[in-house]
Amino acid sequence: MTIRDPIRDGLARGWKVTHASTLTDDLAIECDVAIVGTGAGGGVTAEILATAGLDVVMIEEGGLHGSDDFKMREGGAYPALYQESGSRKTLDKGINILQGRSVGGSTTVNWTSSFRTPPETLAFWQSRFGLAELGEAQMAPWFEHMERRLGIAPWPVPPNENNAVLARGADKLGLSHALIRRNVRGCWNLGYCGMGCPTNAKQSMLVTTIPAALDRGARLLTRTRVDALRWRAGRIEAIDARAMAANGVDPGPQRITVRARHYVLAAGAIGSPAVLLRSRAPDPHRNLGARTFLHPVLISAALMPEPVNGFQGAPQTVYSDHFLHTAPIDGPLGYKLEAPPLHPVLFGMTVQGFGKTHAELMRQFTHTQALLALVRDGFHPESDGGRVGLRNDGSPVLAYPLRPVFWDAAKRALLTMAEIQFAAGAKQVVPVHEQGVLHSSWAEAREAIRRLAFEPLVARVVSAHVMGGCGMAATPEQGVVDATGRHWQLENLSVHDGSVFPTSIGANPQLSIYGLTARNASRLAAALTGRSAVPIS
Amino acid sequence: MKRRELLRAGAVASAGFALAGRIPAVAARVAESAAAPGLSTADRAIVAAIAPVMLAGALPAEAQRRQAAVQQVVAGVSQLVAGLPPHLRKEVGELFVLLDLAPARRFLAGVSQPWPEASPEEINAFLERWRDHPVPLLRSAYLALHDMIIGAWYALPESWPAIGYPGAPKLR
Repeated sequence: MTIRDPIRDGLARGWKVTHASTLTDDLAIECDVAIVGTGAGGGVTAEILATAGLDVVMIEEGGLHGSDDFKMREGGAYPALYQESGSRKTLDKGINILQGRSVGGSTTVNWTSSFRTPPETLAFWQSRFGLAELGEAQMAPWFEHMERRLGIAPWPVPPNENNAVLARGADKLGLSHALIRRNVRGCWNLGYCGMGCPTNAKQSMLVTTIPAALDRGARLLTRTRVDALRWRAGRIEAIDARAMAANGVDPGPQRITVRARHYVLAAGAIGSPAVLLRSRAPDPHRNLGARTFLHPVLISAALMPEPVNGFQGAPQTVYSDHFLHTAPIDGPLGYKLEAPPLHPVLFGMTVQGFGKTHAELMRQFTHTQALLALVRDGFHPESDGGRVGLRNDGSPVLAYPLRPVFWDAAKRALLTMAEIQFAAGAKQVVPVHEQGVLHSSWAEAREAIRRLAFEPLVARVVSAHVMGGCGMAATPEQGVVDATGRHWQLENLSVHDGSVFPTSIGANPQLSIYGLTARNASRLAAALTGRSAVPIS
Repeated sequence: MKRRELLRAGAVASAGFALAGRIPAVAARVAESAAAPGLSTADRAIVAAIAPVMLAGALPAEAQRRQAAVQQVVAGVSQLVAGLPPHLRKEVGELFVLLDLAPARRFLAGVSQPWPEASPEEINAFLERWRDHPVPLLRSAYLALHDMIIGAWYALPESWPAIGYPGAPKLR
C-alpha cells in the first residue's frame, strides 16, 4: 500500500508556499490577515478565515515536512520538528520542554491525546478572570465542531502494555481511570506520533486545516522568523520578519514585510509573548509573558516481568484524573496520570545516571514501563508559573521557578506512580530522579522516595505543554487579551493559541486550543467580513 | 570535599563560565565554535574522552569496534550541536572551552591530565562530582554532557541490538 504525501500532492497542484530560506531578494506581501504560527491555533484560524473568503498568509519559522519525510527515527526527527532540537529548557535548565517547530507546530509531533477543557478549569476562569462567556455549555458546540473536523473519537484498539499497566494498577488500588480519545483517522497503531505521523492518520494541522486553507488560496511562508510587529497609535502596521538561513536555525539576510488588515499571533506560549516583547507592545499591567504554565511532569519507570515494548502502539490511551480531584482546585497541586511512549533516545536521555547503571537499565528497555504525572499548575496562589523574557539575541527564554508547592506534588506523584506500578505487577521501580535507584517493593520505594531531595537538576522535570503568557481576562488589568482573543491595547491584533490560557488546562491542551480558536476565529471572520462565518466541517 | 569547599568551587565555576567568555582568546574560541558547524577539534577530543565513561557498559567491548563507536558518537554530538540555535551553540561552546582550560579542568573538573590522557577513573569521578554538585550550573553542565552523549549513542542503530529495540516498523 502506497502512502501518498498530501504535502507533496498539494505543492504539485500549485499551493502558494514560499520557503524563505531560498529567497534571493527581500519580499513584501499584502493580505487581509497575517497569521504568525501554524500550530493548533494558527491552523484552525487559517482554515476558518480562508473559508470565509479572506486572503490569508501563514508565517512559520520551521520547515514544511510531510509523511515522506517522517522516517520514525529520533535522530532526524527531533532537530527537524522540535524547538531547539528537542532540548529547549527553562532559564535554570531545571525543566526540559518538548515543543513543536515545523508546519503544524506541536500538532505534527504530539501524541494525539484529546480532552475537552475540564469544566472545573472553565469554572475557575469564570470566577477568577471574569471569563463568563467560556462556560462548559457555551464551549461544548465548539469542541463538538473540532472533534468532528479532526476525527476525535474513542480509540477502539486495546491499550498497549505500557498503558495497560496504568489501568491495571489503578484498578488494583481503586483509582478511577478511563480511555483517552484520539485525533486519528485510519491509524495503524504504530507508536511513532512524536516523530511525525508517517501514515497521515493523525489529524494534525499539517494534514487537515492547513491543506484546506492552502487549497482555498491561502499563502504559506516557511523558514520565516517574525522579528517584531510594527505598531503605532494602537494599531499594527506591518510584520517585520526575516528569512532563516538554509540550516534553519540562523537568521539569513533576506527581510520580509507583511502588511495586513488584521494580525493573528499563534506562535505558541513562549513564541507569542516573545514576538510581543520584541515589538515592545503596550503592556501597562505587566501581564505579558507572565503566568506561563508547563504542567511540569514527573516520570517513574518500572521493570515488568513480561515484555512491554513501549515504543509500539498508540502512545497514550489510558489516563487517571483521580489525583486532580482529591483536593480543591486551588489547594495542594493535583496531577494527571498517563503513560509516555518509550523510544531509545528520549528515554536514554531522560533516565538518570551514566555508565554501567545506565547501560544496565537500558538493557531492560523492552521490559520497561513508564508512567508520567503532569502537575496542574496555575491554580494554587503560590503556583503562578513562569515568565517569558528575551535573551540578548532576542530569542525567548522562560524563567520558571519550581516552588515548594510544586515539589510537594512532585513527591506525591512519584509515590503514587510507584505504588501503581507495583500494584500492576512491576518487579522493580525506579523514580526518574538523579538520586533514584531500583526498588524491589512498594514499601522500600516509599521510604526511599520520601527521602529524595526535591530540587532543580536533581529531580528530573520535563514538560510537553506550554500554556499562558498572553493570558485572557475580562479586564485589561488581569490579562493581555480579552475573552475572544483580541489584544487589549492593539486593536487589529488577536492571539489564538495556548498562550491565552490564564492557568494550565489540567489535561493535554490540544483540543482546548482547537475549540477556543474555532470560536474566536469564527467571531473574527464575522467581524472582518461583515457576515457570519461559514462552518468548516 | 566539604560543603564549604564545594561552595567555593561553585563560586569559582560560576565565575569561570562568566569569565571564560571575557578572556579575549577564549571569547574568540567561543565565537569561533558558535559560528562553526559542530564541534571544534578540541571539543571533539573532550567528547571522545568522556563518551567511553558515560557509555561504559553500553559501547562494544572489542577495542576496534569500540573506537569506531566513540567516533560515531563524537560525530553525532557534533551534528547535534551544529543544528542548535545560536544561543545554545554558544553555551555548549563555553562549556567545552572551560573544560579545555587546564586550570578549570584540573581544579573544577578534578581531571589532572589533558582529556585524551585522562584515566577513566578520573573522568568517572568528574561526572559523579558534577552530577551531584551543590552548584546548579555544574549539575546542568553534567546533564548537557549526559544528554548529548547518550542521545547521540542511542540515535545510532548500532546501539539498538543490545537493548532489544527493533527499530521502526516497515510500512509496506
